[in-house]
Amino acid sequence: MSSGSMEQLYQQVILDHAKYPHGRGLPEGSGTVAVAIAEHADACGVSHQVNPTCGDELTVRVDVDTSGPVPVVRDLRWDGQGCSISQASASVLHDLVVGQDLRTVDSLHDSFRALMQSRGAGLDDEAAEEALGDAAAFTGVSRYSARVKCALLGWVAMSDALILSGARTQEDA
Amino acid sequence: MTSTLDATRTLSPEELAAVRADFPLLSRTLRDGRPLVYLDSGATSQKPEVVLDAEQDFYTQRNAAVHRGAHQLAEEATEAFEGARSRVASFVGVAADELVWTSNATAGINLVAYAMSNASLGRGGAAARRFALGPGDEIVVTEAEHHANLVPWQELAARTGATLRWLGVDDDGRIRLEDLATVVGERTRVLAFTHASNVTGAITPVDAFVARAREVGAFTVLDACQSVPHLPVDLHALGVDFAAFSGHKMLGPTGVGALYGRRELLADLPPFLTGGSMVEVVTMEQTTYAPPPQRFEAGTQMVAQAVGMGVAADYLAELGMDAVAAHERQLAGLLLDAVASVPGVRVIGPTDNRDRLATVSFVVDGVHAHDVGQVLDDAGVAVRVGHHCAQPLHRRFGVAATARATASVYTTEAEIEVFREALAGVRAFFGADDDARVHRHGGDQ
Repeated sequence: MSSGSMEQLYQQVILDHAKYPHGRGLPEGSGTVAVAIAEHADACGVSHQVNPTCGDELTVRVDVDTSGPVPVVRDLRWDGQGCSISQASASVLHDLVVGQDLRTVDSLHDSFRALMQSRGAGLDDEAAEEALGDAAAFTGVSRYSARVKCALLGWVAMSDALILSGARTQEDA
Repeated sequence: MTSTLDATRTLSPEELAAVRADFPLLSRTLRDGRPLVYLDSGATSQKPEVVLDAEQDFYTQRNAAVHRGAHQLAEEATEAFEGARSRVASFVGVAADELVWTSNATAGINLVAYAMSNASLGRGGAAARRFALGPGDEIVVTEAEHHANLVPWQELAARTGATLRWLGVDDDGRIRLEDLATVVGERTRVLAFTHASNVTGAITPVDAFVARAREVGAFTVLDACQSVPHLPVDLHALGVDFAAFSGHKMLGPTGVGALYGRRELLADLPPFLTGGSMVEVVTMEQTTYAPPPQRFEAGTQMVAQAVGMGVAADYLAELGMDAVAAHERQLAGLLLDAVASVPGVRVIGPTDNRDRLATVSFVVDGVHAHDVGQVLDDAGVAVRVGHHCAQPLHRRFGVAATARATASVYTTEAEIEVFREALAGVRAFFGADDDARVHRHGGDQ
């Protein structure tokens, strides 16, 4: 490698997540159906996303506990094939959102999107960056516009899966 | 570069340096001042200064609407436009009136497919009936096709009720010639195939396809995008009925391509796009159409780009396509050697340097193609990553994506060495060597 820019892009934490991903593997029967059968008081959504430039595919399933005042992500599982950025990002996503209510998830999503648009600068809001945890390691990815899509693939799938789950409606109400 | 190169040998270092000096972009540097190693000519080629100058010159000296207006500028613009048509036609061994300008090769193939669609609806009268398709008819393509020579035929089949069939690809990435006898038959009306794969680089033995198509009375449609920039191509000698290629892959501008159609076929083919410039007599009720090629050139054409494409054809002709092909054949060998020298790298396509282009697609064990491309980019090496608009072919080899290095007339041996060195570091960077056993992350790519 001719410079440190590859090390900045592929932070060790990203390589580790890509190698040993968290939340990978969908429960039996999830398939690509839009809405899997949810357990009692749960909403469930499945979204299949493709990065058309490279053919990478990712399926995300969210299970949302809707029994409380604000829906909470009970579990997020994913599967797919793709580059280390997209795989690591989905792994980090799992760690970040499981157990969080949808308001927190939305706030994390907003921060991550802002980070991906920062062209390597990171976020001005230190607390927001702190909240991103391992996802903050993707700052280097935002310098490479062609790779931003890879990092966002899992988040886009989660966002879609949450809408499909119907949990959003209950949150709005 | 002014002298014609000797076709009996490859380019000398001096000749190659002269060629490279014609391409302004090749001398730019990338991040951290690294020199550019452009191995993505299969996606689009760089342009020599004469092509850029020709476009600029057209706009600064000759710009006017072509085929109308009695003023001098209109005459000069028309001459430039039609002169370019003659140059490109002669470059591929056909007559000027057999060459239709299209916006790109995809548009050329769609033109044929939609004209056949119109014939199937009865448009074009009795003469066009030969192009009509319906249930029971078959369209045959191959598993090696770029989406541009697959999807338009899927759509034509869906519109007409015809059946789409295809020839398979062998483990070397070559189209299975034995399928010609079994898949192509009396029901086959169209045989659409690539001259050279944009993924495997394999060159198709066109004569076998044309012979079989003639036996059964099918039309042949050749995707010549990858062959025309890299090989001597004589479409009349090949005997195909239609062929499409683009300007931007053959050192010309984007936004222009060409469709060749055998004269007697174009004469009977109904138009696809209709409107201005392609008519004879228009009344409120109906319209008669201009003869080819104008019949297929509705609306204002991409005149400056066509002029640029003409100059690009001249540039290549002056180098001599035999010399270009000889140079690239050597580069193909170097690329294959480079990839073979790195452990854990597998070529998708022929590994012998025979009947193939300097287009080498590969997968790196345990590392996704995107990540491979990123590390190569860090060394200044530009390759294509992804499915290269050929998803079925990738699926055939059980991979979602490959990295692809393609050389062109301006590529040097030294550049391929930079590529090899960068590729050699990829697996170590991602720890693929030590972890392959434990956890083949991305190994299912």
